[in-house]
Amino acid sequence: MSTSLPTRFQTSRLTAVFVALALVLSSPVARADNLAEIQKLMKSGQYPQALEKTDAYIAGKPRDAQGRFMKGLILTEMNRPADAIAVFTKLTEDYPELPEPYNNLAVLYAQQKQYEKARTALEMAIRTHPAYAIAYENLGDVYAKLASQAYDKALQLDSSNAAAQGKLSLIRDLVSTNTRPGGKPATPVAAAKPAEPAAKPAAEPARPAAVEAPKPAATVVPVAPPAVAATKPAEPAKVAEAPKPAEKPATKTGDADAEAEAAAAVQNWAAAWSKKDVRAYLGHYAADFQTPNGMPRKAWETERQQRINKPGKILVSVDDLKVTIEGNKATVKFRQTYKSASLNSSTGKTLVLVRVGGKWLIQQERVG
Amino acid sequence: MRRIAFGGLLLTVVAAAPALPVLGRSAAPVAATYSDAGLESQLARVYAEIEKNRLDKALELTEAMLRQYPNFRLGHLIKGDLLLARARPIATLGNAANAPADRLADLREEAVARLKGYRQKPSSNAVPRYLLQMQPDQKYAVVVDTQTARLYLYQNDQGRPRFVADYYISHGKLGAEKRREGDKKTPVGVYHVTASLPRQKLTDFYGSGAFPINYPNEWDKRQGRNGHGIWLHGTPSDTFSRPPKASDGCVVLANTDLDALAKNLQPGLTPVIISNEIEWLSLDDWQKERAALGKAIDDWRSDWESRDTERFLRHYSPKFKAGKQGFDEFARQKRQVNAGKEWIKVKTDNLSVFRDPGKDELVVVTFEQDYRSNNLSNQMKKRQYWIREDGSWKIIYEGAA
Repeated sequence: MSTSLPTRFQTSRLTAVFVALALVLSSPVARADNLAEIQKLMKSGQYPQALEKTDAYIAGKPRDAQGRFMKGLILTEMNRPADAIAVFTKLTEDYPELPEPYNNLAVLYAQQKQYEKARTALEMAIRTHPAYAIAYENLGDVYAKLASQAYDKALQLDSSNAAAQGKLSLIRDLVSTNTRPGGKPATPVAAAKPAEPAAKPAAEPARPAAVEAPKPAATVVPVAPPAVAATKPAEPAKVAEAPKPAEKPATKTGDADAEAEAAAAVQNWAAAWSKKDVRAYLGHYAADFQTPNGMPRKAWETERQQRINKPGKILVSVDDLKVTIEGNKATVKFRQTYKSASLNSSTGKTLVLVRVGGKWLIQQERVG
Repeated sequence: MRRIAFGGLLLTVVAAAPALPVLGRSAAPVAATYSDAGLESQLARVYAEIEKNRLDKALELTEAMLRQYPNFRLGHLIKGDLLLARARPIATLGNAANAPADRLADLREEAVARLKGYRQKPSSNAVPRYLLQMQPDQKYAVVVDTQTARLYLYQNDQGRPRFVADYYISHGKLGAEKRREGDKKTPVGVYHVTASLPRQKLTDFYGSGAFPINYPNEWDKRQGRNGHGIWLHGTPSDTFSRPPKASDGCVVLANTDLDALAKNLQPGLTPVIISNEIEWLSLDDWQKERAALGKAIDDWRSDWESRDTERFLRHYSPKFKAGKQGFDEFARQKRQVNAGKEWIKVKTDNLSVFRDPGKDELVVVTFEQDYRSNNLSNQMKKRQYWIREDGSWKIIYEGAA
């Protein structure tokens, strides 16, 4: 199990959802142009203008899900949660088959601490779309929050109680640190580059009872997962496919090798983890690795060792790798699928690697 | 997406629980006679689902239970666990970060006590050793087991106790065997309900009512035990129940349970026997013990009628004491009185015999004594404490009840 807690509600999520929907419903060029322009306004933080344009757009196409969805996003960005909730709620009524409005509704409810409502919305999202990984993760967070409320009742804690406060603020941190970084979309919507030299997906027998219904993943090129080539939820792939200019011009030539190396390092890291080879696993971490909560390196290593050495098989696989190289640093975003006797999880993860003496070593490990 | 294997987790605490010990030879299989179909059966179903790793169903049941008992704190704890288990692996019952350890420990103890209590119903062929003979007008008897946090209600079926219901209870913060005022312990012994205090006369702390018992009884006083105000009572409105060890010595029930129990309590009559740990006897052994005591009591009665004072006095322990009178003085007085008797008739009616759960082999005998003789007759309610000395039962205290 990763040491970090699951990811929280992120602007990046909302963005990701937006792009996904764009693909699902894409249609004529003029429409795409309109939407692209609105998106551009949003990206530069010009929400009132974006809203105006969206309203005009919707006026012409009152049933247009994409336009209305975007309006919901803009209202969210403008900190008008009640209006945003209204827009998304209506969308769920008109398009009950779309999971994204439910998800975003849940995020808004969660921000308002209406966790039961958030839970219901997310459970709806999953019902309509059983492989919707983002909803699962958000639901995990909502469950944790509801759990905390139940504990407060069980143990007679309230917010004025110091112990309770510590606990609540911990969770509040996780929720709030993820609110938008500036106006910028958090995920660099990098142009999808076919990832690595694509060793053939090992034709392993599929994991028993994968919960998700296998969905055809658009451009996912499984990067030789050591053990498992699992079909993954499609969402991240769609993000990758977004018809958007990358923020930076796509990979400079010469970085291609570095990308391959960094991706290989991540694969090897996951392989060492799966093999429960603690030495090799820890060997993937740089000397200046930022341990969770700044715990002492030794303590962190011991903890990792204990967890990895727990009896039972561990299967860790990574896919949908997106590598960004910046000098001696590589940021690798990917889906981590973790399977052990006690836990199945699939989370987004980001590793920041640093090149040390020709090796890529992990400097930061984040969920999300 | 996240599936946590924590079936059995909550139950590891319970699994090791031994079956109820039944003294004697015939330990009958535990009969499933559930009378408290309310909260505990629901709790047991929740745990059963957890054992089968059907956490969704467990959560559903927990939420239903909480709709019915919104202040059931343990229920909220389990709900928290079941929700959290969807978010991350959990290790134990009660995973709240930064929770006060004592409150968490209290709820865990309650969970164990409730589940054990639910699973280990007394065998239909076993009775608490203490209920040797109920008098005809005692409709019910209450037996408390402090260690398992359980109260058992028995109906008087022509002298034979018949199990009716059992309830989760809380007792003293510092346990049982009360000795001193303020020691936060619950007394162990044979008592009875002395009064009924309705909710209107009480603060919220006592919940839906209270039933004082006669601690300290004659034996307690003789042992130098003191303190007062030991009640059976209900629970304040902000919680459904309290931890197993919570009171200053009282026996505390959930209000719904107290209400159910209250219907069967007769002030001045209903015995309340509080034990550390109930000793269960098979019906055969119970019958033997009851017959032996019945015979001892009847021998005492007929020896009194025989006017053979020495024969009569052999029923009394050398340590006998009644008020300030010791054995010697008592013997002298009896010899003197009996000398003037031409005949004596003694009847013991409405007899009850309860064994004390304490360390001494002690039995509390209460009856209406109808004494007639050539020069004196009187009726009184008498109480005797019989103790087992060198293999036979002797009277160590007697007085008006």
